[in-house]
Amino acid sequence: MKSRIDKQAFKSVTRRELLKLTPVVALGAFVVPKLRDPLLKAGLGFSDWASGVMYRSGHLASTFENSELTPFEKFPINGYDVEDPEVDLDKWRLNVAGAVRKPGEYSMAQIQSLPKQVHNTRHVCVEGWDVIGNFGGALLSDFLKSVGADTTARFITMQCADDYYESLDMATALHPQTLLCYEMYGAPLTRKHGAPVRLNIPTKIGYKQAKYLTDLKVTNVLDKVGYWEDQGYSGFYGL
Amino acid sequence: MSTHAISVEDAKTGEATEAVYEHPYIVRLCHWVNAVALFVMVGSGMQIFRAFPSFGAKIPEKDLLNWPKAFAIGGWLGGALQWHLTFMWIYIASGVLYLGYQVVSGNYKQVLFTPRDIHGLWPMIKHYFFFGSKPLATEPYNALQKQAYTSAVILGVLSVLTGFAVWKPIQFSWLAAMMGGFHWARLLHFIVMWATLAFLFGHVVMVALHGWNNFVSMLVGWKKNPEYIVE
Repeated sequence: MKSRIDKQAFKSVTRRELLKLTPVVALGAFVVPKLRDPLLKAGLGFSDWASGVMYRSGHLASTFENSELTPFEKFPINGYDVEDPEVDLDKWRLNVAGAVRKPGEYSMAQIQSLPKQVHNTRHVCVEGWDVIGNFGGALLSDFLKSVGADTTARFITMQCADDYYESLDMATALHPQTLLCYEMYGAPLTRKHGAPVRLNIPTKIGYKQAKYLTDLKVTNVLDKVGYWEDQGYSGFYGL
Repeated sequence: MSTHAISVEDAKTGEATEAVYEHPYIVRLCHWVNAVALFVMVGSGMQIFRAFPSFGAKIPEKDLLNWPKAFAIGGWLGGALQWHLTFMWIYIASGVLYLGYQVVSGNYKQVLFTPRDIHGLWPMIKHYFFFGSKPLATEPYNALQKQAYTSAVILGVLSVLTGFAVWKPIQFSWLAAMMGGFHWARLLHFIVMWATLAFLFGHVVMVALHGWNNFVSMLVGWKKNPEYIVE
């Protein structure tokens, strides 16, 4: 036997059921310009926080066979401004500052005196394309040790000859594949690829891998995150 | 089937209409949250795709299609990523809540396509596409609907898995490897989106064809004059 209900009573039942869906309307906050930006910033912040949680410092990026390399001439060159900031390679020094025991200027010879690592890794651009490149250089972690960096500090910040700037979390800076890269495909970095020294960070998206490095600082505070990040891109963007 | 039916009576005229409680609250909540989230994920996803609308090499770049900006969300790549990386959590949360509720409540039986539904597929296809007579229905969803909704849920899960393989191809290297690496995961993520849109197209057409009472049932849970026999 079916239970019976009066038409009016049924109407109030369905009205109540409809009202229970009001939480969906809360998503409308994203349409209000004043609320949208802080909400999206919070969403991106949450994603970056989750990225940090998911990051495994000992987990290596895949490496590839030489036969899988993207030909050097097909490795894209993405400069934000100029493709060649005309660095004087002979006078170039890397200026190291911040929480380090031995701040100062470091030459290419000093960087090259550290053990060299060469690997074929995937380079992923935030635009969506990816290439497999050959990179060689000193481990950033070795360099940080050699300058007596306080590795309990939170960040490394970088300045570049083309006014690009970046920052990197310490865990990624110490990753066993993060390079102060001075070679690609077995030859010194070309000017368009960031000569004389760029970062190669297989566990990060492309824009974190700054070219034409001039300054490196170990710090606990970030007043700026990075050129693209300060315009709204993810600050962590680990792969 | 545990579908709960009642008789709605008009005191003045004495007329009675049958109504069934078809969609539990959590299912309706998740449905509409997911609808909004899917809209944002597809719109922002297409804006992200616009940054490199290809699945080939970057040099030389051969664009697959030029998706109009008017049908994209976020305005620029960075903006679209903010939308995508925000709403993916809402999309995932609604999906997890839905699946959890369906399993715990047992309500999944209403919609899950199982081997015993296979024999019901052909009569429904004949009915929808070849003017065949409508098979007798005794539950809310026919075999073809179960197949469609079960596929939609699987596509939802696949969109999240392929998405994580694109977003975190190293931390989830096992996931990316299952798909053939980052490059293929990105293509699969795109294909899964189109498959979801194909489902959505059919879904919206069928909702439009099945009238007001059917549409309202996803808002209030109750469906008046169900098109199937209860009990």
